Amino acid sequence: MSDIANKRPETGAFFPRDRAWHAPAFTPGYKTSVLRSPQKALLSLDGTISEITGPVFGHSMLGELDNDLIHNFAKAGESAIGERIIVHGRVLDERGRPVPGALLEFWQANAGGRYRHKKETYLAPLDPNFGGCGRTITDEHGYYCFRTVKPGPYPWPNGVNDWRPAHIHFSVFGHGFAQRLITQMYFEGDPMIWKCPIVNTIPDRRAVELLIAPLDWGNTIPMDARAYKFDIVLRGRRSTLFENRLEGN
Amino acid sequence: MVQELGYLKETASQTAGPYVHIGLTPNFAGIGGVYDADLGTAMVNDKTLGQRITVKGRVIDGAGAPLKDALVEIWQADGAGLYNSPSELRGTADPNFTGWGRCPTGAEDGVFTFETVKPGRVPFKDGRKMAPHISFWIVARGINIGLSTRMYFPDEQEANDADPLLNRIEHRHRVATLIASGEAPVYTFDIHLQGERETVFLDI
Repeated sequence: MSDIANKRPETGAFFPRDRAWHAPAFTPGYKTSVLRSPQKALLSLDGTISEITGPVFGHSMLGELDNDLIHNFAKAGESAIGERIIVHGRVLDERGRPVPGALLEFWQANAGGRYRHKKETYLAPLDPNFGGCGRTITDEHGYYCFRTVKPGPYPWPNGVNDWRPAHIHFSVFGHGFAQRLITQMYFEGDPMIWKCPIVNTIPDRRAVELLIAPLDWGNTIPMDARAYKFDIVLRGRRSTLFENRLEGN
Repeated sequence: MVQELGYLKETASQTAGPYVHIGLTPNFAGIGGVYDADLGTAMVNDKTLGQRITVKGRVIDGAGAPLKDALVEIWQADGAGLYNSPSELRGTADPNFTGWGRCPTGAEDGVFTFETVKPGRVPFKDGRKMAPHISFWIVARGINIGLSTRMYFPDEQEANDADPLLNRIEHRHRVATLIASGEAPVYTFDIHLQGERETVFLDI
C-alpha cells in the first residue's frame, strides 16, 4: 500500500499533538503528578529538523528471545508461570500508514502482580523465571508480536485501596523524536480499568478504550496461548510537497 | 456531510511509572542476562569526531527534590551538525556517533550523565542556523506525558541571542532555564518541573 512512501524518508513536521486527548500534567487523583507537573504553558514549536529526525534501530540488535518474556529470563528448560498470551498488532501513524522499523520495548509485573524491582514491596512472590522486559521491532508492514504471561493486578500506595488493573507498559519509537511515546495496554473485560486513578488521568473515555486490547480469538493458538491485539498510533506528519525544504523539493 | 478525513487518534500517553527501568534499562535495574547492554548508554566510541563533552544534571520536583526514578533521553546532531537519522537529507552523519542517549537518574543522587560530543549547528525551518542544542525527553512516575525541552550552551551567547526558539520565549528571564551551566568539557543542566525556575517545556 504505502511501501513506496515508506522507502523514501519523510521530512514533514508532525501533526500538532491533541493535548486535550492526552492526560494533562496535573492530575491530583494521581498524587505523584502534583509535584511533578509543569505549571506554565508549553512553548509550541512546529517541528524543526531536531524534532522530525530520530534514532533508528536495526533488527540485527535483537536477540532470539527478546520478544519472548516467557523464556528470556527463564532457566534452561523452564518457563515463566502464568496465563500464556500473545500480544500483537500494528504500529500506525495518524494517517493510517504503517510505521516499519519501530522499536517497541515493554515491561510488566509477573502473573501475581509483582515487579522485579528493588523498590517493589508488594507481598506477592517473584517468579524466578520471569524478568518482565522484552522488545521487538516492527516489520515492513508495521506489525509486531511478542509472547508473555498475563500480568496480575496489584495494589499501590495512592489512595488507601488503589489497585492497578492488569497492564503492560509500552515504549515506542517512531521515525522522529517528536513521536516518542510511552503508554500502557489493558485487557478486555477487566472491571478494574475504570477504577484506576492512572487510567482516569485521561479525560476522554474513547482514548482509554483505545488502550484496551481485545481478546483475539482468531489468533489464539489452540492448546497453547490466547492472543490479544493491540494497535498503537503515533503522530502523523505533513506532506512536504508545498513546503520550502532546505534540501530542495 | 463532507468526506471524512479518516485520520486516527494518537494512542494516549500514560506514565512510565516507577518501574520504567525494568523495560528501558533492565541491566541498570538488576535484570541481567536478557540484553547484553542497556540501549543508549554509549553514544560515542574511540573514532567519534568532534569535541567530547559531558552533560549531567538532575530533574527537580516542585518541592526541590531531585527525582531518583526518572529516565532521560537526549537526541542531538553530531559535531558537524548532522543527525544520524534516515530523515537527515543534508548529508551523512558521523557513523561513530549515535546522536541518541538514554540515562536513568541515579537512585542515590538523582544525577543523569551523558558522554557525548558538542553538537554542530542545524538550520531552523527558514534556513537560519539554530544555536547548538540537545533535545531532551523526560519520563517518570507522576509524569503523564513525556516532557520535551532543549539544552543550549553557556559558551554560545552570540548564537543563543540569535536562536529562533530562544527568541520566542516571552518572559526573557526564563531563557536561562534552557541554558546549561559550567564550561567545556562538563556542562550541567538541571531541569525544574515546577516553581520559580520551571524549565521551559516544549509542545513539539
